Amino acid sequence: MALHQSLDRAPVRQVRKPSSARRSGAVRRREQALGWAMLGPAVLLLILFVVVPALLAFGLAFTNARLLAPYAPSFVGLDNFVRLFQDETFWHSLLNVAYFAVVVVPLQSGVALGMALLINVKVRGVNFFRTLYFLPVVTSMVVVSLLWLFMYRQEGLLNEIIARVTFGLVHGPDWLNNTSTAMPAIILMSVWQAAGFHMIIWLSGLQTIPADLYEAAAIDGVGGWQRFRFITWPSLRPTRNLILVTITIQALSLFTQINVMTQGGPLDSTSTIVFQAVRAGFQQQETSYASAISLVFFVLVLIVSGVQRYLTREKS
Amino acid sequence: MATVQLDPTAVARKSATRGLRPGTGIGGWVLRIALAIVFSFPLLFMFVSSLKPDQQIFGDLSSIAAFLPVGHLSLDNYGAVFDRVPAARFLVNSVGVSVVTVVLGVIINSMAAFALSRMRVRGKAVILTLIIATLIVPFETLALPLVWWVNQLPWLQFDGFNLTLTQGWLDTYRVQIVPFIANAFSVYLFHQYFESIPKELDEAARVDGASWFTIYRKVVMPLSGPAVATVAILTFLPAWNSYLWPLMVVQSEELRPVMIGVQYFFQLNVSWGQVMAYTSIITLPVVALFIAFQRAFVNSIASSGVKG
Repeated sequence: MALHQSLDRAPVRQVRKPSSARRSGAVRRREQALGWAMLGPAVLLLILFVVVPALLAFGLAFTNARLLAPYAPSFVGLDNFVRLFQDETFWHSLLNVAYFAVVVVPLQSGVALGMALLINVKVRGVNFFRTLYFLPVVTSMVVVSLLWLFMYRQEGLLNEIIARVTFGLVHGPDWLNNTSTAMPAIILMSVWQAAGFHMIIWLSGLQTIPADLYEAAAIDGVGGWQRFRFITWPSLRPTRNLILVTITIQALSLFTQINVMTQGGPLDSTSTIVFQAVRAGFQQQETSYASAISLVFFVLVLIVSGVQRYLTREKS
Repeated sequence: MATVQLDPTAVARKSATRGLRPGTGIGGWVLRIALAIVFSFPLLFMFVSSLKPDQQIFGDLSSIAAFLPVGHLSLDNYGAVFDRVPAARFLVNSVGVSVVTVVLGVIINSMAAFALSRMRVRGKAVILTLIIATLIVPFETLALPLVWWVNQLPWLQFDGFNLTLTQGWLDTYRVQIVPFIANAFSVYLFHQYFESIPKELDEAARVDGASWFTIYRKVVMPLSGPAVATVAILTFLPAWNSYLWPLMVVQSEELRPVMIGVQYFFQLNVSWGQVMAYTSIITLPVVALFIAFQRAFVNSIASSGVKG
């Protein structure tokens, strides 16, 4: 029995053959059929709601399909893509998403790592802090966006606090109605909402580092920054790569905050690719154009995560 | 935020003189408390404001009173919320949709994982790989074609004695549930967990004449509590918080979930007290669940990190 588990699937079957030879073919066919019956619902649903829409994104992008059109979609070639690449909002969206991702990825992972280090100590009361840091993660992004929409007003909570701590010297801007502050405001809020999530992932990485590494370092008189630099940071390599990829994809998909807070404004300064796709596909019911945007978005995600995987590959 | 980002260095430097216990000095506690304020005070502000009349919310903004339950406190905003929007209906819808999605998701994904882990299904290694491969597609890229697609799907309708075939799933409960039942990541998590359960157990049950389904139900599932909890939480959170999808596919008021309800507060004169009351109503149940099942929540998030 122990032998079975140490081998791969194919050899297992050969090892098991003598013992199961007495099983009749009918029993095996029944197992096969029952196996498919248990597998069937999940596979069918995944085909219907993941594979088909993915293929449709490809197909519909080259047609003139509309959501509630009486006519059948017809082939229009690259029209949707030509239109998209001539659309100024698309290029703004692309830049905005790049801006958002470039700031959010290091900021959010850095804040989260700091929090993880702070709660990765065996001291009473630390779990209380973990709970507080995690609260925004279980709060819906819609709720968070509304709350911060109120805090970001010209005479809102944030500006009142800024005025207080600077003794009235600094008066904050109308954060979300200003082309230069709208995106930073959304970045700050997004990091606030999601940092607790990645804190937990960093924490599970930190807890895999063997304690004797630190003990050995202590004996050698290595402490503080050096310990972080030469033990913690290299040991976190797999966690780091994982966090990089997940935050990047999450950042590229920016939508809810925009839809609740700014509707892409002011002057396209917070428009994003997914927001543009939803506006085209849902509000204007142009399924084909929205599919073209979705397809471009998917290719973008593939390229960015491919490049990241290449850059963070094992160099051995 | 910039100072927070520097804290690994700061903490480490502080502890350099302290040997083995980094982050337990004064600096570490100051940072912990500062972060606790940053992460919890906005939510505290939301809840406290929901108990105050609008004028007082604005009046309190410039002092610490913004975070304190002082002044004229009442549940008036909560009463007004239920007058202004069908909040009870939205809550029932969200609870229903989330619970059904979680229950069906746990059953269907665990059955699939069981077949892939325990039974002889031809090509199951390829099937598992294909299922995991679907994870690279973000939902955002599927959402728009999916709207068009669900509008083409047929459905069998029973009304009394008649069985009729209708077309289109838009504006129904099923469109909020069915697409989210099967989940590649849930299958993967269950499969991982089932592989860690010794196969001798089901061999023994086989010898006793148990059917495959009995082994699934009576042997493997009862041992998989942590995996069930993880999948349940990872299915529940996005179901409760879903916004993009119901925004596009549900138009009827009586079918809408809680997150879509926020739109109602911005149609006429905005009362921020009411907004805060509504957002508190739809947030507190999840926060209560989180505090009750902390360990399971944290474990589920940690394992969701495997994704990607």
